[in-house]
Amino acid sequence: MPDVHALGPIDLSLQPGEFFAVVGPSGCGKSTLLEVIAGLSPPTQGEVLFDGVPVGSFVPEGIGVIFQDDASFPWLTVRENIAFGLKRRGTDSKTTRRLVDDALELTGLGHFADGYPAQLSGGMRQRVCIARTLVLQPRLILLDEPFGALDQQTRLLMGDEVLRLWRETGASILLITHALDEAAMLSDRVGVMSARPGRFLDIVTTNWPRNRDSTIVTRPDFGQITSRLWTLLRDQSMKSIVETARA
Amino acid sequence: MRPRKATIVRLVLIAAAVGSLEAACRTGLVARFTMIPPSEMVVSLFGLFRSPDVVSDIGQTLTAVGIALAAAVLIGFLIGALLYAVPRARRIADPLLATYYAVPVFVFYPLLIVFFGLNAIPKTVIGFLYAFVVMIINTLNGLDRVPGVFWKTARVHHLGRRDTVVHLILPCAGPYLFTGAKLAVMYAFIGVIGSEFILSSGGLGYRISFAYNNFQSDVMYGLILFVLMVVILVNMGLYAWERVLMERRGGR
Amino acid sequence: MNGAAARRRSSLERSAEVVALIALLLVAWQVMYHIAGKVAMTTPAETIRYTAKLLASSEFRPHVWTTGKAFITALAIALVGGSVIGMLLGFHRLAGEVAEPILVSLYSIPKVILYPIILLVFGIGMAAEVAFGTLHGIVPVMVFSMSAVRNIKPVYIKTGRVHRLSTWSLMRTVLLPAAFPEIFTGVRIGFSVTLLGTVMSEMFGSKRGLGFLLMNALGVNDVQLIMSLALLLVTFAAVANSMLMMIERRLYRQR
Repeated sequence: MPDVHALGPIDLSLQPGEFFAVVGPSGCGKSTLLEVIAGLSPPTQGEVLFDGVPVGSFVPEGIGVIFQDDASFPWLTVRENIAFGLKRRGTDSKTTRRLVDDALELTGLGHFADGYPAQLSGGMRQRVCIARTLVLQPRLILLDEPFGALDQQTRLLMGDEVLRLWRETGASILLITHALDEAAMLSDRVGVMSARPGRFLDIVTTNWPRNRDSTIVTRPDFGQITSRLWTLLRDQSMKSIVETARA
Repeated sequence: MRPRKATIVRLVLIAAAVGSLEAACRTGLVARFTMIPPSEMVVSLFGLFRSPDVVSDIGQTLTAVGIALAAAVLIGFLIGALLYAVPRARRIADPLLATYYAVPVFVFYPLLIVFFGLNAIPKTVIGFLYAFVVMIINTLNGLDRVPGVFWKTARVHHLGRRDTVVHLILPCAGPYLFTGAKLAVMYAFIGVIGSEFILSSGGLGYRISFAYNNFQSDVMYGLILFVLMVVILVNMGLYAWERVLMERRGGR
Repeated sequence: MNGAAARRRSSLERSAEVVALIALLLVAWQVMYHIAGKVAMTTPAETIRYTAKLLASSEFRPHVWTTGKAFITALAIALVGGSVIGMLLGFHRLAGEVAEPILVSLYSIPKVILYPIILLVFGIGMAAEVAFGTLHGIVPVMVFSMSAVRNIKPVYIKTGRVHRLSTWSLMRTVLLPAAFPEIFTGVRIGFSVTLLGTVMSEMFGSKRGLGFLLMNALGVNDVQLIMSLALLLVTFAAVANSMLMMIERRLYRQR
């Protein structure tokens, strides 16, 4: 059986403070790319540099990841979940409490602080995961289709939240999504991946102002960007459907 | 078809274990009084069939297991179906079903002997008691898993009650009923042989305890090996069959 | 029916249903007594009275103590050994795959036929009882612990790595809490079968303990004692199981 590569050659540079989205057909390797960048999966060829330091099979300090699956710990309260990373680092309880309260406020979870994730909706649970990541003040935040399980309206609202958090923290963001409008609306640049093995067909620059929100969808150039993305993507998507059917 | 890695490792491990046991027995590391070498166990096993007593014991045990099993599967299924049809009864019976297997069923064995005497009936009843509840539980599980949409489909096709049950419900719940029957086999064996061992006048379990009490190591180990082989082979066969049934469904 | 109303109905109606069940069982018992006669059984009332007398008697206590000691020892070994080995098998894929059919086979054999081997190895006495009880209990604990580890959501492990946890920290703060409910189910089942194994071992080759008393009572046809012992053991097992079940339900509700 021939060698199966999940990713084609990728050459990508993220600017500090940038919001970068990756779109592509299913199975193209978007999640693999994220895991390689995070240090969860070492690249078979080439290297990943974070702040100039190579990343191997461990996750460097300063990177936060929000997964598609709900990663909130059901045996801890919301507050304990958010405090998790701080506690593991040995942060003292006073500082922890302050940082957690800030994060609760920032993500709108204040009322649910002492409840359990099982009592919350999917969107709220993702917010717990986001708060848990933010409280550690990462310089790079990776999001792997974090809103996949949510309905459209909630997604749009969560998109606004992510933008707000991005502005307030000043972190760089890499968002993986299959929703073109979401990518177009949120990002400074959008990388379009081909079908497997995924490589970048093009990187589209949006030129949005920094203080944008979901109302940006009403602008005429928004439509241009999403149609450019779809033009690039349409063939690739058909290709990947045929491939999956054949397999 | 190449066997899986796990299978090979397992066979090697078992062979190594049996091999070391053989060596330990032969070199006297393990006293002959405690255990005879595995090779002699096998020889003894084949020798058993020459004894008419043992053959009759095998017959006794299998008969008891057969009756207990048939009754358990049939009655277990009927009770399960009944409880499914009458939700209130099911809710009342629920704690009983949940706690049933926590209770050491064998404590009723002496009582049954007082009732029926020391013959084949008490052990058959224990076998039945041990097995029928697992059938009830799996029947309920299987019926629960019939999607509501199947019942609606039956009505759209104007199927009568009998047709619905025979052509839709039973085939749908089939694999789960099979699981129940498979477990019932296992429990019927445990119930019958366990009872025979504790106190009985016949059957394989009795024969093993008799051999133990009379210091007949070779007979005892031959019998133990025989029972283990039979039970393991029957269970493996049923598990494999069950897997085939489930896979066809795309279920686990 | 909305959630709160359903829960209210649950707790009150559920107690009523349990009471109904117990009442039904007592009625069935009484009916069976009328069919079987005094020679074979005693009534619920008589049995309860006799059981109370037994528990108060000083001759009875040593037997309870014997069974209790063997049971607790066997349970402790089964729980600790079973959970540790089971979890290791869950973590190591190949080892788990290799062990699984062996465990399943162990579950399905009438373990009582292995008892003579245990008696030959350990001799007659407490050690054999404990060994037999442990043999029974360790299997479900192992099976469920293994399954619990296998069922840990991969995203939890990835989260642990993103938080750069050491292996020990990961195990302690993430993996163990995540696996705990299913391990607890194994513990609950292990409890019941260890009890069964301990009592059964006494029914065969023993001079003390509740199982021995049971078989002895059969020998002298002491129906009262037989019924009382059965009632005692059944009640203990049922109550213990129900309590463990309540804890288990709470663990799962958190998920």
